[in-house]
Amino acid sequence: VRSAGDGTLGWISRSGEPMRRVVVTGLGAVAPEGSKLAEFRAVLERAETCARSVPEMAERGLACRVAALPAGVDEEAAKRFEKADLSAMGATGRLAGLAAVEAWTDAGLVPSPRPNGAVDWDSGAVFGSGAGDPTAMSDCIHKVDAQRLRALGSSVVERCMASHGASVVGGLLGLGNQLAANSSACATGTEAIAIGFDRVRSGRALRMVCGGAETPDLYIWAAFDAMRVLSRKWNEAPARASRPLSRSSAGFVPGAGAGALVLEDLDAAIARGAPIRAEVLGAAVNSGGQRNGGSTSAPNPEGQVRCIAAALRDAAVDPDDVDAVNAHLTGTYADRLEIASWRAALGRSAADFPSLTATKGLIGHTLAAAGALESVASVLMLQEGFLHPNANCEDLLEDCEDIAHAVVRPRPAASSARVLVKAGFGFGDVNACIVLRRWEGV
Amino acid sequence: MTDSSIYDRFVVILDPYVRSRDAFDAASRDSRILDDLQVNSARLVDIVVAMEDEFGILIQDEDFEGLATIGDAVDLIARRVSDRETAIVRDHLPPTA
Repeated sequence: VRSAGDGTLGWISRSGEPMRRVVVTGLGAVAPEGSKLAEFRAVLERAETCARSVPEMAERGLACRVAALPAGVDEEAAKRFEKADLSAMGATGRLAGLAAVEAWTDAGLVPSPRPNGAVDWDSGAVFGSGAGDPTAMSDCIHKVDAQRLRALGSSVVERCMASHGASVVGGLLGLGNQLAANSSACATGTEAIAIGFDRVRSGRALRMVCGGAETPDLYIWAAFDAMRVLSRKWNEAPARASRPLSRSSAGFVPGAGAGALVLEDLDAAIARGAPIRAEVLGAAVNSGGQRNGGSTSAPNPEGQVRCIAAALRDAAVDPDDVDAVNAHLTGTYADRLEIASWRAALGRSAADFPSLTATKGLIGHTLAAAGALESVASVLMLQEGFLHPNANCEDLLEDCEDIAHAVVRPRPAASSARVLVKAGFGFGDVNACIVLRRWEGV
Repeated sequence: MTDSSIYDRFVVILDPYVRSRDAFDAASRDSRILDDLQVNSARLVDIVVAMEDEFGILIQDEDFEGLATIGDAVDLIARRVSDRETAIVRDHLPPTA
């Protein structure tokens, strides 16, 4: 007997109820160079990395001195949140809260009023982060080491806990269903969607706010820099620094932000006249087992292939019917492996390879937020019928020359794509994949 | 230091933690910090630390228990300020023979 996660058993509920259909009804984005969805949408028109020089990185001696950072977060948070929320809100909470409230509002929903409004028992959130809130943790360490315990105040635990973002989202919206944080490194954002999708599909929630948040943190970046995985050869040209699938790439550009999607039961969405942006057809998560090339920091390609294939089976989509791929591609050595995985999982000839978008070329690698922001971009592309440019891959990897037609895109292109597959991979040899379809009515 | 000046300064300390803005707009000495103003009970720690810094006083853990209303806080601050001023005067008295 094999598990449903491997796609060999169908999803059958014990009660015999059919699985629910799940749609995306709301989007929110705090992406590099902005703090709102509309600003992220504008970034998807550009063909360059929205990164800038960060003097603090140079001062501390990092080899990488560019980062992709959101703008206007504190101002937007001061405008949208009550003082009582802000008094205990860390950096992760601000990012998660802004993206989630924007997605909720975009879905035509209204946050329950504080302090005694109705609890929405049918709605929950899965909102992850990579390192919890390292800014809050380092602040705590400095104060304790200096024996300034009194200065810690009451909210350090709330801000340091890995579920801080989810906790903030639940409080802002008044959610009464599952409220959890997932953490699976750079697969976090995509995995959050897969988890929320399962919960709505199985009828245990009517809607789930899914996403990920990552704060800008010099210390985390320094640790990646020490691994020599950050972009270190393009410090003088930040707009060219994030280079997925480029021969001259030299690592990823660290980024920060948050993305959020409201996943909703189709019938519930129709009943309240919600705006439907796309349908989530299927999802899969797995691990490569840290064998056969896989490790805590490298992928076992078989795991990636199985994850993509399992998501397609889950969605009942034939690989030949995939029109577009939104890849994980970061601009590291792993790009080559990933392209090979897509080829193996889809089994398509080079000439027939689906259109590919690599969003990190535009916004760098926002780590735990990446899968969420890239899924937001994927939904927008399906809904509006376009493909965003792939920045900085004019010198395409030799392994990809045969699929150049699907990759090289110096400006936005019109697209009639109906089915898009989005995958995210992460340290721990973990994989997550979702299958989206353009909404064309029931 | 008058009670009304303590009151005004304490309300500024309280402001960022208040959830019920309507109750805060109509606040008086009798307003209950947790029940009426809907302050998260965990934030009392931050409020007490801010009281200590603002008025240069020390508040003991056992003082927390009696801290229900704005009036309670104002009275506590007034007592501690008075204790401190008494101590300063005592410390500066000429030594007796």
